Parts: sequence; structure tokens; C-alpha cells
Amino acid sequence: MNEKRRILLKGTFAAGATGLAISAGLLTPKAVLAAWPKAAFQAKDSKAALTASLGSSGMTESSDIKLKAPDIAENGAVVPVTVTTSIKNVEAISIVVAGNDTPLAATFNLGATTDGYVSTRIKMGKTSDVTAVVKAGGKLYSTSKNVKVTIGGCGG
Amino acid sequence: MAKSSIKVRAKVKSGKAKVKCLISHPMETGRRKNKKTGKLIPAKFIQEVTCEHSGNTVMNAQWNNTISKNPFLAFSFSGANSGDTIKISWVDNTGKSDSTEAKMK
Repeated sequence: MNEKRRILLKGTFAAGATGLAISAGLLTPKAVLAAWPKAAFQAKDSKAALTASLGSSGMTESSDIKLKAPDIAENGAVVPVTVTTSIKNVEAISIVVAGNDTPLAATFNLGATTDGYVSTRIKMGKTSDVTAVVKAGGKLYSTSKNVKVTIGGCGG
Repeated sequence: MAKSSIKVRAKVKSGKAKVKCLISHPMETGRRKNKKTGKLIPAKFIQEVTCEHSGNTVMNAQWNNTISKNPFLAFSFSGANSGDTIKISWVDNTGKSDSTEAKMK
């Protein structure tokens, strides 16, 4: 199954027409959902990326999400980010870096028993806002933090 | 057998499992240039990381090339028992993949 999906992905890379594949009956919609959303990750705009990944871009600011990231990142290649949320029934957590060429860094699809907590390390090209987007009950909630990236790496 | 590219630490405390994993992977963005030849280094990054616990997918992470080299991932889930096995696997954009199984403490 995995093999097939890779081949299909490659095919869509070349043709850039997942829609065509669906209409041709090559892919079931479920398989499309499970596949890596290329459009979302290559979008140059945060809103377009979120729409492609989570289905919409209308977000509500929420204080129930905690985004832990450094105020000043000495090394833009390794910026630790932790997202914790107390919102119930979290379906997915996305991390968006507004200043990057491709803003969507990651989407974590959580299982039913998984807690609203993810931690990872991201790359940042320049100083910008990092946004954690939480999808719960079909709605999007977000919280942002500005992270300063120093190039010289002398501790700011 | 080659050493697995994935290191996993998972601990269970009162039914909640906390999983941490480190994957060794170059995570090339496809934008960097080889200094000597001036040619672009082709992109090579992990697109999907999946974690399974007793047949359920507890985490499916979809990554962009924005994730740092040698990626780190931590998450937690409930309904776990000490001694359970979890399976973590990844697939990158070149179609390469790896997986590992670990026992939770």
C-alpha cells in the first residue's frame, strides 16, 4: 500500500493534478487525505497553506494554547518549539512560520487518545512570527509568538 | 543489520505515555548550494512520521523541509501500559523509509 502511494505521489508530482487522478478513479478520497499535502507545504502564503492542510484559514485567537519558543533564537537552523493545549478533542496541530518561504512547517494529526502536546525543532530563515494552529471540533484556534533570529549567533 | 535511524524513548506514568524520538536524517531543503560546485543540493526531507500503538495510529506528523536536521519529536497519549510496544516509521520525499519498534518503560 505504501509503495503504491509513493508511486502515485510521484505521478502527481509530475502531473500536479491530484484532482485528475481522483476523477480518473485512481485514488479514493481517503487515500488523498492520507497522502502528504504537497499544495499545503509548497504554498507561499500562510492562509493558502492552512486552507490546503486543515480545510480553512479562519482562526480564533485562543489563550488555551501555549506556544513555547525562544524569544531570541541564536541559531535559526534549530529552533525548539513546543505546543501545548488544553482544548478538548484536538484533531490536528500545525506550526506556521510566517517569515519562511513555505510557511507551513508541520501538521501533526493526532489520534483519539493523543494529548494536545507536540514538541519539535524547526528552521527559521529570519525573525518572524511563529503560529501554532490547533484544529478541534472542525474549528481552528491559534496563538502566535515572535521569535527573533540572530545571524551572528553571539547570543544577542 | 544496519542501525536504525530512529531513537525512541517512551515512558508510561499513570496511563499516560510520553514519547520522545530522534531521527537521524539530513533534512535537506533543496535550497542550499554546494559551495564547491555551486549546484543546488537536492531536497531530501522526511514527509511523514507515523506512530502506532496497539494497532491505532496515535500520531501522524506531516513535515515540510522546515523541520530541523536530525529531527526531534515529542508527544504524549493516554491509554498506555508499561511494556507496550510502539512502532514509529518515517517516509521521506525520495521514497526512503525506516521504522523501529520500542518497548515503553
